[in-house]
Amino acid sequence: MGLIAAIEHVIKKPIWDCQMCGQCVLHDTGMTCPMTCPKTLRNGPCGGVREDGHCEVKPEMRCVWVKAEDRSRNMPLLPTVWREHFNNLRPPVDNRLKGDSSWKNAISGRDKETPPGWTPATEAPEAEAKA
Amino acid sequence: MSRLGELLDKGDELIITGEAPVIDGGTLEDYEAKLAELALWCDAMNATDNTAAHAHASNVAMAIAMQRVGVEPILQVVCRDKNRIAQQADIMGVALHGVENICCLTGDDVTAGDEPEARRVFDLDGPQLIRLANSLKEGRYLSGRKIEPAPSLVIGAVENPATHPLDYRAQRAAKKILAGARFLQLQICYHPERLEAFVAALHLNGFTEKCAILPSVVAVKGPGPLRFMDSSVPGISVPAETIARVADADDSAEEAYQLVLEQCQHALALPGVRGLHLTDFRKDGSISRLCTDLGIRPRSERESRANDFALAN
Ligand code: SF4
Repeated sequence: MGLIAAIEHVIKKPIWDCQMCGQCVLHDTGMTCPMTCPKTLRNGPCGGVREDGHCEVKPEMRCVWVKAEDRSRNMPLLPTVWREHFNNLRPPVDNRLKGDSSWKNAISGRDKETPPGWTPATEAPEAEAKA
Repeated sequence: MSRLGELLDKGDELIITGEAPVIDGGTLEDYEAKLAELALWCDAMNATDNTAAHAHASNVAMAIAMQRVGVEPILQVVCRDKNRIAQQADIMGVALHGVENICCLTGDDVTAGDEPEARRVFDLDGPQLIRLANSLKEGRYLSGRKIEPAPSLVIGAVENPATHPLDYRAQRAAKKILAGARFLQLQICYHPERLEAFVAALHLNGFTEKCAILPSVVAVKGPGPLRFMDSSVPGISVPAETIARVADADDSAEEAYQLVLEQCQHALALPGVRGLHLTDFRKDGSISRLCTDLGIRPRSERESRANDFALAN
C-alpha cells in the first residue's frame, strides 16, 4: 500500500469502515460504504432485508443500504447532486483497484473507467431512476 | 422469439410464469412428469439457479431439459455462485440451445443455504447483471469483444415489494427497468398494502408500460410453510393474523387455498399488473383449480386464440 493509500485508510477506516475498494462511491450512497454490505452490493439493498431493517446475512447489523437510503435523504449538509446520484446505476467493481487510494484514482479518472461493453450501444447519458 | 418475448411485445395479454421444481436426481422423463401441471398454465417457467443457496441440478442444465420437453424456460442467473465471466458463459451457453428468456437476480446469501461455509461471490449485483445481459443482446461481451450474431434475449429481473426500505423498492425496480428489465417477477408478498403502493408508484411513473409486473403467489397446504417463510426466508414476512387465519381454520388446506386465490385476485386487479408468477408447494392439482377459478385459460388455448385473432386481422 502506497503512502496516499495508507493515509486514506487511516482516515476512512474508522469513520466509514472503508474497505479500500479504490473506487469510492460514498458521496452517492449517503456516505455509507457499500463494500460493508456482506454481498458488496453497489446498487441498492437486496431483497433479503429483514422485517426489522436488519441484514439478511448478519441479523445483528442494520442493512447497510437501509442506512444509506435513509442518510441519502435525511443527512444534513449532503449536497443535492449527491442525493440525486443515489439511484444511478453504478458499474461493476474493478477488482484490480482493491487496496489503491480512491483519491488518487479519482484525480486521474481511473475510477470512472468501465469495460467497453458496459455502456449500452444505444444509450447516451446515464439514465436515472425517478419512480 | 420466445413466447414470453412475444407477449411482452404485444403489451396487453396476460402473462403467467411459474417456478419449475428443482432437480435432485432422476431422468428427463421424471422431470417432464413433475413439470406437467404447471406447464399447462404457464407461458414460461424459471430454471432456477440453486434456489435458497442449496445446490441442485444447474440452471443451465434445467433450462435445456425444459427446452427438450417442450416447456419454455426462463434462465435464472444469480450473483452468489459465479463471477461475471461464468455468468456470461451461462447466458451464451443456453442461447446456443435456443433459450432466450433470462431473469437476473442478486440471489440469497450462502448463509441462507445448507452449505453456509461456502465462499460467496457477488462479483456483480442484480442491476449490473441486467445491464450485462443487455450488452450480450447488443452483441458484445462486457469486454467489448463482438458476438456475431448477437443472441436474441428477453431480459427480466426480480424485486421484493414487501421489504425495507419500503418507499425505496419501486425506485430500485425502476433502476432495473432502466437497466433493461422487460419483466419483473416480484417476491411473494403477504402485505397487500405494500404490493399496492409498490405497483402504484411504478404505474404512476409509466414504468409498467415498459415492463411487465408479475407478482408471485405460492400455493401452500397449511400454516407450516407460512411460518417457515416468515421465520426462515430472507425478506419475507407473513403477518401473524394471516398465519392464524390458516392455522385456526377447520380446514387449513382449504383456507390456505382461499388465501392464495384472494392474493391472485387482489394482484390482478391492480392497474399495472400484467400477470402472475406461480409457485406450487401443494402439488395436489391446486394450480389448475386456481387458474380455473381465476378464469385463466390453459396456455395452449391462450396461444391459439391469440393466433386465430392475429389471422383474423
Ligand atoms: S440485507 Fe442489506 S446489508 Fe445485508 S446483504 Fe442485503 S443489501 Fe447487503
